Amino acid sequence: MAKKRITIDPITRLEGHGKIEMFLDDNGDVAKAYFQVPELRGFEKFCEGRPAEEMPRITPKICGVCPTAHHMASTKALDDLYKVEPTPPARKIRELMYHSFMFEDHILHFFFLGAPEFIVGLDAPPAERNILGVIGKVGLEIGKKVIEARKRTRNLVTMIGGKIIHPVCGLPGGVSKSLTEENREEAKAAADYVLEFSKFALTLFDDIVLKNREYVDLIAGDIYRHETYYMGLVDENNKVNFYDGDIRVVDPEGVEFVKFKVQDYTKHIEEHVEPWSYITFPYLKNIGWKGFVDGVDSGVYRVAPLARLNTSDGVTTPLAQEQYEKMYSVLGGKPLHNTLAFHWARLVEALYAAERMVELANDPQLTDPNVRNLPTEIPTEGVGVVEAPRGTLIHHYKTDERGLITEANLIVATVNNAAAICMSVEKAAKGLIKGGNVSDKLLNMVEMAFRAYDPCLACATHSLPGQMPLEVNIHSSTGEVIRTLRR
Amino acid sequence: MSKPKVVFYWCASCGGCEEAVVDLAEDILKVVEAVDIVFWPVAMDFKKKDVEALKAGEIAVSFINGAIRTDEQKEMVELLRKKSQLVIAFGSCAHLGGIPGLANFWTRKDIFERKYKTVPTVVNPDSVFPQQKTKVKEGELTLPGFFDTVQTLDQTIAVDYYLPGCAPPPDLIMKAVEAILKGELPEKGSVLAPEKSLCDTCPRAESKPEKLSIKEIKRPHEIQADPEKCFLAEGIICLGPATRSGCGERCINANMPCRGCFGPVKGVIDQGAKALSAIASILGIEDEEKMEDEEVKKLIDQIVDPAGLFYFYSLPSSILRRKKVR
Repeated sequence: MAKKRITIDPITRLEGHGKIEMFLDDNGDVAKAYFQVPELRGFEKFCEGRPAEEMPRITPKICGVCPTAHHMASTKALDDLYKVEPTPPARKIRELMYHSFMFEDHILHFFFLGAPEFIVGLDAPPAERNILGVIGKVGLEIGKKVIEARKRTRNLVTMIGGKIIHPVCGLPGGVSKSLTEENREEAKAAADYVLEFSKFALTLFDDIVLKNREYVDLIAGDIYRHETYYMGLVDENNKVNFYDGDIRVVDPEGVEFVKFKVQDYTKHIEEHVEPWSYITFPYLKNIGWKGFVDGVDSGVYRVAPLARLNTSDGVTTPLAQEQYEKMYSVLGGKPLHNTLAFHWARLVEALYAAERMVELANDPQLTDPNVRNLPTEIPTEGVGVVEAPRGTLIHHYKTDERGLITEANLIVATVNNAAAICMSVEKAAKGLIKGGNVSDKLLNMVEMAFRAYDPCLACATHSLPGQMPLEVNIHSSTGEVIRTLRR
Repeated sequence: MSKPKVVFYWCASCGGCEEAVVDLAEDILKVVEAVDIVFWPVAMDFKKKDVEALKAGEIAVSFINGAIRTDEQKEMVELLRKKSQLVIAFGSCAHLGGIPGLANFWTRKDIFERKYKTVPTVVNPDSVFPQQKTKVKEGELTLPGFFDTVQTLDQTIAVDYYLPGCAPPPDLIMKAVEAILKGELPEKGSVLAPEKSLCDTCPRAESKPEKLSIKEIKRPHEIQADPEKCFLAEGIICLGPATRSGCGERCINANMPCRGCFGPVKGVIDQGAKALSAIASILGIEDEEKMEDEEVKKLIDQIVDPAGLFYFYSLPSSILRRKKVR
């Protein structure tokens, strides 16, 4: 679809969204890299005064790529605000919608963003390192399957949520509408399709990446490695859960550091502000902000696919569990600190999402018309959490007794990784760029460091799956911009 | 003959309008065949200077989504205006200001104070706020300037047509593209969507009583809405009477009331005022004359956030535009 081209002409204005400023020292080695987000819209302020029940219709506008994640976190914050549980069928409808969304987002990321370098090759011209290059290498049939998988999962979200871009069905205590048997048949067919597709994606990964020594070494190598804390939602058995559970944090050794209810998140998470970015930098409160550094003494933690797997003791579905074990055994134990392993973890999670979709679509309770518990409590405060594709997502609302928002706070998925993204880019750049020698291949390899996080800047700015509006400026030691990489 | 040059550009938005273009699926190939996309930051590489190098009017049409929130966005759309024969405001934010436009109840300072200082998780004892220019050890870093007020696209540059919706539905996007390619556009300034109100095309229209009257306002979470019945007849505020049709009744079909993303019907400037008057005309209508002031006030107070609700998507484009800054 889209043509990708790396521009090296120096340009000084930024038209896009994410931005990395890289500074070289006198020897032409990398001194420092800054990851900047140049936009802000201010939801934390303008949600004040709004009726709480409108929040699941307001907050998805944070991101048109992952609106379903915001819609769900917001709806769950309303459950907590009104102290009302969704009915069992409503919960299943929500989970079906949510896992469809997670699958779609993950699989698209892999084929549009993650796979191109591995499948087409690190040395391939930039114009080929995209989905078209992937199709050229592995065949048009696969391209068609990707499109079909996207269409079917997006149709499911539309069926339940009304709109794929900004769903509207979430209400405290349930959903706005029940499903029919016909709907369930459609869900079953889609679930079966995407289950097969996610198995195929892992086979492809196995053939193309794992059977290539160079790639395995790259994934396991030091330039894409950071020993950090990890955060993710787990169920009562410490298994991965996208929709609900407790927040668990493990230390760089993989030992549980803390497990807490989302309602206690302010006891564990703090945010740091820098004057050079509109994004904030979250860290573990009980370790503290020590700057952009890794290790057990730094409060920097990571979220999203690899972090979720590192944080958990496994997954609840059989096929994904097999793949989970395989990943850790091939790459050498848990936790994995290799940033490029996020790609593999993402495919394991896509398989898990597909297996959950099959379970949910085959549950007869899905068509039970009892989809609402009406709230009766006087609202005061509510917190909701989900695992968004790009990590732990928290919505926190306080209201007056009429349910009007008095305070809102959002810890957005990609934002959790903001500090780690800075560090990963800087480390890769330091490892790869020496003596001012900046080739396209090296720049792409630097870019791979942040692409692995799938930093959907939509949540802070915006992007499309498969495209990352990002600019890298490289400055000489005198401050001049000597090269610019744009995507 | 060379193909017409087309631009897609975004300002303060969520990326949903770009997703809507990708959701055209196979149809997008037809568009790509018929036109030459010269500038689409989300999907392909380009440079601002490439646009600067174009002659005035060389771009046939620029589709611009998002509201205007920073100096960089303003500068970019001014450039695109100079180079384009047609500018189309794409989606609710460019058209009306959209959800980010609710920020006009506040100022830049309010937003910064909240985001970087008073939220419960931020620790910022030195009151560090993002700056347009920051000196770091290695050099200088810059950020775009953030305005006090969110503006619609047509408050910033002249706009020829509007493609409404959050996000615009695929059928309307394709219709608009076809009309442009065939040169069959309506008069300048038109909204490229049906002229009827949502109530006129609503699948629940038949359940709307001849004489609507609301005795008590219900909020969406307070009752289980009947999936067949007019929301207003149930006492739930729905912006259907004040909103243009063409969305495909997507929210209604999910059993949720309209919040007005398509903007006002033809001839109406202020969607919120129209919605307010529509609701006022049916609220407590039966015993209105007999009511004491106190009772009237009680009834009105049931609408908990009138400004936010009636101007859900349209505050920047309204006559109010923003809360007064003292």
